[in-house]
This record gives sequence, structure tokens and C-alpha cells, in this order.
Amino acid sequence: MSKAAELAALIGSQTALSNRNFIINGAMQVAQRGTSTTSITSDTYPACDRWHTQINSCGTWTASQSTTVPSGQGFTSSFKLECTTADASPAAGDYVLLNQRIEAQNLQNLAFGTSSAKAITLSFWIRSNKTGTIATEVYHHDASKHFNSNFTIDSADTWEHKKITIDGNTADIINNDNGIGFLVYWWFASGSSYNTSQSTGTWNNTNANRATTYNLADTVGNEVYVTGVQLEIGEQATPFEHRPYADELASCMRYYQTAVPSTGDVFGTRMLFGGHIVSGNNTFGTVFHIVPMRAAPTITFNNLAFNGYPTGDPTLNGYGLTNFEVYKTANANNNGSYYLFGYEANAEL
Amino acid sequence: MNITSAQYSRDAEDTKNVCVVATINGIKMHVPLDPANTEYAAILEWVAEGNTIQDAD
Repeated sequence: MSKAAELAALIGSQTALSNRNFIINGAMQVAQRGTSTTSITSDTYPACDRWHTQINSCGTWTASQSTTVPSGQGFTSSFKLECTTADASPAAGDYVLLNQRIEAQNLQNLAFGTSSAKAITLSFWIRSNKTGTIATEVYHHDASKHFNSNFTIDSADTWEHKKITIDGNTADIINNDNGIGFLVYWWFASGSSYNTSQSTGTWNNTNANRATTYNLADTVGNEVYVTGVQLEIGEQATPFEHRPYADELASCMRYYQTAVPSTGDVFGTRMLFGGHIVSGNNTFGTVFHIVPMRAAPTITFNNLAFNGYPTGDPTLNGYGLTNFEVYKTANANNNGSYYLFGYEANAEL
Repeated sequence: MNITSAQYSRDAEDTKNVCVVATINGIKMHVPLDPANTEYAAILEWVAEGNTIQDAD
């Protein structure tokens, strides 16, 4: 049997041969915000696109896009989370989470809320210096239901491939919209508010239903690496579907885009307007997003440079999924004016 | 999200509010009035808790 036939047989009739993965940037290739963030103590997107850390009073962390990867699997990057200040005894409400939020309309082929609801399988590569049992969770946002599962890090500092199957949910639909459908969580530390009862492996409304007290925060230097994350229809984990970088980048840009000058390219990537200006008159500029965004994005301006304009951000004059318009009121009369800005456009879930 | 300030911003013709200029987690952000926007949804929750978005200047 050819490899293609083997793959087709493995997948069966449950899902597609391509575009199987509901996870975006599962191979951790894209890092538009930068490859590392230090001193993390709260919620943020610290490194690889779409990958969100949630930390509540549970140590201090550095997150990075790492080149440590499982051998022979074709990966070039992983997401690394390292403890830099420990918390050996998390309080009840404390936690350290890694998650990805999946847009609801991308999950409609799961047929949740119908008798045809499909099972899904989460697979991923993980490595940590700390062995033990870790909780994962798929959270059905519209139904406020959790499906909790545990897996074990068996050997320290060794890449392991984990596979977890999640039942279809026949009771609760996923709204067909651009909001959150699923949150896929890894619980690297948690307090008693979140781990006091036994995981049942069913869709349930109990937010404490994770049967592990694994605490990656207990020692400085603890670290975890994750890559090759795939969530797909069916009860089997198929080989990771490697995607071209450009495809993955475009998928990420639906949620986040930026035009920030990088070293050596200071004036090359900022937006520009200017020319002849009259004091008191407005100058307008329009920025078109490279990829239409999920929702009208939050704009953060940076790296401002100007001549003939006052200090401060431009003013947002309009926006949509494909562009935003700004204006700035001049405070001088001259021909050589300019106003430059970088920006971040954030439409994360 | 830690929202510490929020103020409406109007269009150039001063005809309507366009966005909320908010300080969230210590960062100044221009947040569109789109309920699907995560930061705007958080601002609406913040208002529901008794806080106020200041009128535009």
C-alpha cells in the first residue's frame, strides 16, 4: 500500500485529506509579535502567533519561539515556556495556561448540537524537564462546557507525542459566527478552584473538573516545549499536516497584523502621509490590511515620527475588516511635512 | 484585561463617535465600536461593572 493510500485509510471517511487541522500555526512557524517575551505574569500573546498564555498569580515566565524540536518530524519551531520566578504552592484561583482560541464558524463541520456530531482528536508533541500528569481541555464557549482529559509526561527532557480523543457533542451547537468556538487549553499549573474533582471525559459544566495538581511553576528553570499541535475530526490522530509558511502567516493575519519597523528597516515599514500642509487642516491616510481581519481590529500606534504635526497618535476616522482610516491635524504651514507611524492591528478572539 | 481609562473619539467632521481610546494593560489602544472586537467586549463588561467611558474632547 502506498503512503498516500495508508494516509487515506487512516483518515477514513471522517475528514478531509487536507486542511484537516483546526489549529492555526500548530507548528509554531509564525511569530509576528517577536520571538520572545520575558517577565510574563498575566495574559498575553508572547511569541508564536495565535498561542495565548494565561497566568494568574502563579510565577513569572519567559515564552519564546524555540528551535528545539522533535527529531525527524519536519518541525523547525516549538513554543517554549520557562519559569523564571517560582510559585511552589499556587493559591486556589491561580493558574498557568497555554491555549488557542478557535473561531466558531470554522468548526461548523463538527455538526455539534446534532445527532451527527463528530468526535475530534487532539495530538501534539510536548517535552518538559518535569514529569507528571497534565490536564488538557477543550472548552465549548457557546455552551460553557468543558471536555477535560489528562496525559502524562513520562520521561524528562524527551519529546513525546500525545493523542487525545474528544467525544462529539450532540446537545450543544456551535454558533456559526466569528466569535469563539473552542478554547483548547493545556493546564501547566492550577489552584484548587480548578482541580478538585475527577475528570470525567465528558462534556460538562464543571470548571473544577481537572484531575491533576501538576505544577510547572514549582521550580525556577522548569520548562515545557510544544509543537505539532493538530485538532482534527475523527478518533485517530493523523500525521501532522505541514503547511507552507505563507499559508500559515495569512491564517494568522486574520487575527493580528503589524507594520512595525525592524532593525535596519526603520523607515521601510511604517505608514506615511504628508506633503504640503496648512496649519489647522486635517491630513488623512488609509491603511489596508494584508488579509481581511476577523473583526474590526484594535489599533495600537507606535514608532511615530513627524514634521509639521503635533505629538501623539493619529485619530481613527473609520475602520472595517479590510482597512482603517486615520487623520492628523497639522500645526505648521510647509511643503516638507510628514507623519509616519507603525501600528499593530489586533482582532484576536 | 486591566482597563484603567476609556474615552470616546470622534470622526474628523465631529459627527459621531468612532472608537474608544482606552488604556488596557498599560497600553493606549484605539478600540472600534464592534461587539466582536475582544477589547470592546471587555470595555462593555467594564462599563457594566459601573465604570464610564468618558465623552470625547
